[in-house]
Amino acid sequence: MKPISRRSHAPIFWGLFGAGGMLAALFGPVLVFITGIAVPLGFIVPADAMSWPRMQAFAQHWAGKGVLFIVIALFMWHAMHRILHSLHDLGVHAGFALKVACYGLALLATMVTAWLLMASGF
Amino acid sequence: MNTSDSRRPYVRPMAGWWRRNPFFVEYMIHEATALFVAAYALVLLVGVMRLAQGEAAWNGWLEALRSPASVAFHAALLAAISYHCWTWFRIMPRTMPPLFVGGKRVAPALITACGLAAAVVCSLAVLILVWGATR
Repeated sequence: MKPISRRSHAPIFWGLFGAGGMLAALFGPVLVFITGIAVPLGFIVPADAMSWPRMQAFAQHWAGKGVLFIVIALFMWHAMHRILHSLHDLGVHAGFALKVACYGLALLATMVTAWLLMASGF
Repeated sequence: MNTSDSRRPYVRPMAGWWRRNPFFVEYMIHEATALFVAAYALVLLVGVMRLAQGEAAWNGWLEALRSPASVAFHAALLAAISYHCWTWFRIMPRTMPPLFVGGKRVAPALITACGLAAAVVCSLAVLILVWGATR
């Protein structure tokens, strides 16, 4: 008898969804506040908080690279998993093509981010 | 659909199902926060791209962030992602396995409160870190 070797890959996507959801819940609001409101308005943090030399140093440090990569990649995996299932709830069949489109977009964003962070040097 | 079937069984229409019940409307709103989370990830991705392209490109991105439209957009992102945070921890008691401490099940409200408290601690920690590093 052939052993059951096909395992579901659903837990991987669910895990990425859960990790991204938790990260967005814990750090999402404060990150949006800092990069999108506080820094542009020079409110609480100095207006030059995201100056070129500072952000260049941040993106070239392994820890800064890690933070940027994890935030962008996990936010995308969380969002695309949720969008896929919401489209199903709205009556759009979550078939193979839609899964490839949703998870493919998350994978593309992950790879582009990794590539850009590599290109920005160490 | 098989129109030759004379039985014509009742099929409950599914279109707009989520508009029938406030609970489902709330569910769809918290699912829709995913669009905002994705939008923010893409904003950051563009930022990383502009950073890799050099100083002039980066300063252009910073300038774009200062436009009133961008600040308004980020205010909407902040509202939606904060709502995601609130619903994420409110639903957490139902999405995680039952948690027992000393033989007693931890109350759902306590799990939600701990999650929200953790989010407040993380937010303050990041703010203090950024404030300290850029002062």
